[in-house]
Amino acid sequence: MFITVAGVKKEVKDNLTVAQLVIDEKVETPQYVTVTINDEFVDSGSFESTVLKDGDIVEFLYFMGGGQ
Amino acid sequence: MISMKSEDYEAILEHARKELPNEACGLIAGKLDGDNKIIEKVYFLTNIDHSNEHFSLDPKEQLAAIKDMRSNELVPLGNWHSHPESPSRPSDEDKRLAYDSKASYLILSLMDNENPVLNSFKIEGNNAEKENLVIW
Repeated sequence: MFITVAGVKKEVKDNLTVAQLVIDEKVETPQYVTVTINDEFVDSGSFESTVLKDGDIVEFLYFMGGGQ
Repeated sequence: MISMKSEDYEAILEHARKELPNEACGLIAGKLDGDNKIIEKVYFLTNIDHSNEHFSLDPKEQLAAIKDMRSNELVPLGNWHSHPESPSRPSDEDKRLAYDSKASYLILSLMDNENPVLNSFKIEGNNAEKENLVIW
């Protein structure tokens, strides 16, 4: 199946989970990453159970914050 | 070197002053020219911490900004935030939460509101190195 990750269309295996995609994409500091699928935010506790579908559009958002 | 148009600097300053006493924050995007970064667009995001000591970018606004960058063929260059009451240098928390060593981290100090100071840093681990910031 095909999905779009960070604006790039790519072929991935069927039944791919968000958790596996995070690994496959070599996401740095995954503890600071939020994932959206088709503009819906995925709860970080659901990465293992969330299965991607053909045509999904996935974005990785890196937490940005700090303090003075 | 990282460069920014003076009108973008003025817009950041105006926004950060408007958000006082809280920290203001946002993203920067533009083009890469070798090792040089050219800021072409500044994004003003909500500090969801609504705090004078911390900031976190609103994830929904962050998503919208990333889409806007992509549609305008801009690359994300880093982020900016204000320090209402402290100097323009990365705090320990800024360093701890700076995950991207390639990004530029712009910090605007308003501790002397009449004499604001904007610096850009690259941060890797606990080390912060000031970048040459050109405002034109």
